[in-house]
Amino acid sequence: MSVAFTVGLYGAAFGAAGVTAGFSILQTCLLSLLLFSGASQFAVVGIMGAGGAAISAIATATLLGFRNALYGLQMAPILKVSGIKRVLAAQITIDESTAVATLQENDADRRRGFYITGVGVYIFWNLFTFLGALGASAIGDPSVWGLDAAVPAAFCGLIWPRLKNKTHFIVSAVAIAWALALTPISPAGIPIITTVILAVIFGLKR
Amino acid sequence: MSAIWIAVIGASITAFLNKYIGHSVPERWLNKPRVIKINALVPIVLLSALVAVQTFATEKELVIDQRAAGVAVALIALKFKASFPVVVLSAALTSAAVYNWF
Repeated sequence: MSVAFTVGLYGAAFGAAGVTAGFSILQTCLLSLLLFSGASQFAVVGIMGAGGAAISAIATATLLGFRNALYGLQMAPILKVSGIKRVLAAQITIDESTAVATLQENDADRRRGFYITGVGVYIFWNLFTFLGALGASAIGDPSVWGLDAAVPAAFCGLIWPRLKNKTHFIVSAVAIAWALALTPISPAGIPIITTVILAVIFGLKR
Repeated sequence: MSAIWIAVIGASITAFLNKYIGHSVPERWLNKPRVIKINALVPIVLLSALVAVQTFATEKELVIDQRAAGVAVALIALKFKASFPVVVLSAALTSAAVYNWF
């Protein structure tokens, strides 16, 4: 229940963020239906909203979505599906469904956990994206309702659980400094996508 | 086709390819220590950069306004282990209050 509530609110925040960034309700909802990966979706609307090029948005979203490929590696030997079923299973291979599956004791429960969570999140996420987009398009100035801070706050909520040690905090701080330093002197989107260089440098270092 | 449409369709295609490839390639192709290590840092750097830009950038200028106040409150809420809805709502309320009253 609390998971559904959180997914719902987060979906509504995304819907609002999409419309605020200049996406139509249709475009915002299509991202939830087709892309269906929260962080990547927020990145697309964030970068396009800031005036970035489509290629920056696509590249950033793709790199953020690579973790889903690693989840697929984990789930494939458990699900053992092919054809259209594999297409559907792939689409719901996200943080939540994989996390719930890996918490189970045996493969039957893992499969059940994966599908129930994946389908459940898909339905809630899309429903609330639509409601959020609808709501935001009725509002006008997003600053009046604090929507301009809700989006970066939602990101903070996504990053926080990933900061597990001192190196992670340092990497985060360096990425922030890098992005802010590049903002005045480079096209929108570049300050964000280029931080991947930092991930590679720090990732190879230890 | 507008840039937004290109971004929507392009990012949707690559997102699905990411997911589908994971289900389809032999495990040893992707399951390498270096790939795993870099991949753990990728969301941290990209999302941190996004937070920074969305909080402090207006076009190409850096400014401190109501958004910074909202995000600061969000970080305090996270520090005190608040749930996700509380984090987002407290940030929105703070930002709205600063924007409307100051």
